[in-house]
Amino acid sequence: MSVDAITVRKIASLARIAVTDAEVEALVPELNNILDWVEQLGGVDTTGVEPMASVIPNRQRLRDDVVTDGGIRDKVLANAPQAEHGFFAVPKVIE
Amino acid sequence: MSSMTDLTALTISDLRDGFRAGSFSARETAEAFNAAVVSGRPLNAFLVETPDHALAAADKADADRASGDLKPLSGVPLGIKDLFCTAGYATTAASGILDGFVPTYDSTITSKLFGAGAGMLGKLNLDQFAMGSSNETSAFGNVLSPWRRNDGGNAALAPGGSSGGSSAAVAARMAPGATGTDTGGSIRQPAAFTGISGIKPTYGRCSRYGVIAFASSLDQAGPMAQTVRDCAILLETMAGFDPKDSTSLDEAVPAWEKSLSPDLKGKRIGIPKEYRVDGMPAEIEALWQKGIDWARDAGAEIVEVSLPHTRHALPTYYIIAPAEASSNLARYDGVRYGLRDLPEGANLQDMYAATRAHGFGAEVKRRIMIGTYVLSAGFYDAYYTKAQRVRALIARDFEEAWGKCDLLLTPTAPSAAFALGEKSADPLAMYLNDVFTVPSSLAGLPAMSVPGGLDAQGLPLGLQIIGRPLDEQGVLDAGLAIEERAGFTTRANRWW
Repeated sequence: MSVDAITVRKIASLARIAVTDAEVEALVPELNNILDWVEQLGGVDTTGVEPMASVIPNRQRLRDDVVTDGGIRDKVLANAPQAEHGFFAVPKVIE
Repeated sequence: MSSMTDLTALTISDLRDGFRAGSFSARETAEAFNAAVVSGRPLNAFLVETPDHALAAADKADADRASGDLKPLSGVPLGIKDLFCTAGYATTAASGILDGFVPTYDSTITSKLFGAGAGMLGKLNLDQFAMGSSNETSAFGNVLSPWRRNDGGNAALAPGGSSGGSSAAVAARMAPGATGTDTGGSIRQPAAFTGISGIKPTYGRCSRYGVIAFASSLDQAGPMAQTVRDCAILLETMAGFDPKDSTSLDEAVPAWEKSLSPDLKGKRIGIPKEYRVDGMPAEIEALWQKGIDWARDAGAEIVEVSLPHTRHALPTYYIIAPAEASSNLARYDGVRYGLRDLPEGANLQDMYAATRAHGFGAEVKRRIMIGTYVLSAGFYDAYYTKAQRVRALIARDFEEAWGKCDLLLTPTAPSAAFALGEKSADPLAMYLNDVFTVPSSLAGLPAMSVPGGLDAQGLPLGLQIIGRPLDEQGVLDAGLAIEERAGFTTRANRWW
């Protein structure tokens, strides 16, 4: 499997990263080099092997469904590029 | 204090014990290191200097000593990798996208270190979002290794990465110890490149809360310092169960320092034959043999073992880590913190794309895009699920090896430090640097690097010890046995 310029633009769009034509041109061979290299895994026999998601055996913990923090609105907003009236502010979404 | 004592030359255990014994004050120590941080500026190891934090902790330690209330790290100032959130101090992950971010809370680890009496000298440079092996992906410039080759040239060398600011600061004695994080070798490889020690504990030992995420199933924090004992001291404070981290291990923290022993009688140390990779420099091979001899001298039995899936570890890592990174880094959207790039007339989607294009560095974008691709519809099973299956086989290799041995001994990296710029144009060449450190990361095992000697160019080389899950004690003990026999005391000649 290899990627072309159209695929790179699609990936960039999915990743929400704006790319210039020059960047796409450079990324096509870069990504293909890496993808060609990782494709060697296709040759490893993994029949009957379960995918590993958790590396050290650990149990899922549950806790009581109670509020353990909160009341820190100003702290939450402290780093926002733009905050207004106690909310994060973004460009208009609905015309 | 005796005017003859250079406090910045002391280890953490010496600083702690000397302070307790009344040989010098915590303030004298903090002032000495604050001055070293200033004079070390040419190395670009610190992104933010926090002398006031170090002094305040020192004054508190001096007062505590007077009232008999000593804490484990009273009198010890530290450098903090800028991947750890620190309340009131800028935290950037060395990325432009966190420009202006000042956390309102502390990571669990910094909170524990400060609670144990340690002061902070500053925030340390790193590869952007910890993605790199040379510190060259930082948005704030390269860190220079304090080491130089003995060939008379002045080539600027990489301090390793991603914890390159941490390794340079400790090696240049701008800090007696530092925090690091290790996703695929980011504590061990920089430690090896700069002639210091560093340990990545078992996955889940150190809380990830407040540590800026790269690849969550792999990220582990750990200490970097001059000696194995110092690593044990710092790790005792850093480790421990944290309900704020869903993968934190609910395990007691052993008294690693107190139990340290260089006696390896009864231990079987495995030498994995697959780590004899093609093209490995003879000097690395020779150092490895020395390490084997030292372990045997310390009483260990040496056994050859096989980890047959070793060569698949790097490609597995370079699917799993970017996949997790692409998900973790989705949070940088220009809305809640950090950079916002809002071009004239842009809508919300344009703002996301412009912010991320502007804020992320090239290597970070490359990894996000690889991760996005391998997780995308139609490719998920072929890449991501396949990598998770191979990861299971790599972990199984280690489990089978533990039937024959208690610890593994390998080189830490396939070469000594390379020059800045030497590998930065070729991502794959850079990735290969982590060939010996990535497998144990994928298996979540504790592993450390200790200095073993110098190569022909006068640069440090490290040996890696890998242990069973939760056997940090075994790893530290073997590290100590090697440290005592290697007698590595060479320090970088001061040129800065």
